[in-house]
Amino acid sequence: MAKINGKTVPEADGMSVSGYIASAGYVSGRIAVEYNEAILPREDYDKTIIASSDNVEIVEFMGGG
Amino acid sequence: MNNDKLVLGGHEFDSRFILGSGKYSLELIKAAVENAGAQIITLALRRANSGGAANILDYIPEGVTLLPNTSGARNADEAVRIARLSRELGCGDFVKIEVVRDSKYLLPDNYETIKATEILAKEGFVVLPYMYPDLNAARDLVNAGAAAVMPLAAPIGTNKGLCTKDFIQILIDEIDLPIIVDAGIGRPSQACEAMEMGAAAVMANTAIASAGDIPAMAEAFRKAIEAGRTAYLSKPGRVRDTASASSPLTGFIHD
Repeated sequence: MAKINGKTVPEADGMSVSGYIASAGYVSGRIAVEYNEAILPREDYDKTIIASSDNVEIVEFMGGG
Repeated sequence: MNNDKLVLGGHEFDSRFILGSGKYSLELIKAAVENAGAQIITLALRRANSGGAANILDYIPEGVTLLPNTSGARNADEAVRIARLSRELGCGDFVKIEVVRDSKYLLPDNYETIKATEILAKEGFVVLPYMYPDLNAARDLVNAGAAAVMPLAAPIGTNKGLCTKDFIQILIDEIDLPIIVDAGIGRPSQACEAMEMGAAAVMANTAIASAGDIPAMAEAFRKAIEAGRTAYLSKPGRVRDTASASSPLTGFIHD
């Protein structure tokens, strides 16, 4: 099962990255995605299908010093 | 003094107050930025909250330069990873390198910071490294392509002030890059003193975030930093061990 932000997410298997982003409620313009430890360009979100062995990180900016 | 600009990686700024955005309400960011007169604000990169949670970028006024930090990085590789992800968010090339291995004092690892600076400067980032004020490390940061050097005044979040004052002064005197005093500044008077010493700018977060009135403290810092800068440019007079009368020493009425 795919790991997303450190957690196992069974329902993500087989979804595109853009599909998962939408279903989880992320705002696509406010996040960046790392796919198996490489940055995933935005134009690849549609065509990248999440597989069970994948490790996905979805990040955003927060307050910090 | 109208042409007194802070220049970082070829970008010019009128403000010399870099504001942090941590540990206070998103609703107060706009007022804090405006009262601070800040043109640069720091941010952190973290795993995203899903479900349409409020995003800090929606609260930062237009035209403010974003300075993502690499907090959470424990070595150069992790700092580089965070910096690249930050740039992918489409908010510019500025990055504040922060590499910390110690959770008690949050002291920066200068060696790993230098390594990360070298990699990211080659990739076109405007690199502002947070560092322990050590002259040799600062020289290595210059050679690695840093756009400024950010020595700590005291451990992050302590509000202790200029604990490393003498060593920051050495960097100001010897390093041909802007010296931005970062971390530990707790009061406007301390920010003013750093500027009087010749610091190019001051960065503060906790001092603002832990104040009872956050926008008012942002304003107090702005005024202190401006006063300190003007004082520095005015070339403060020398310190003496004995008195020097300010009034004439002749014409006393008892003579």
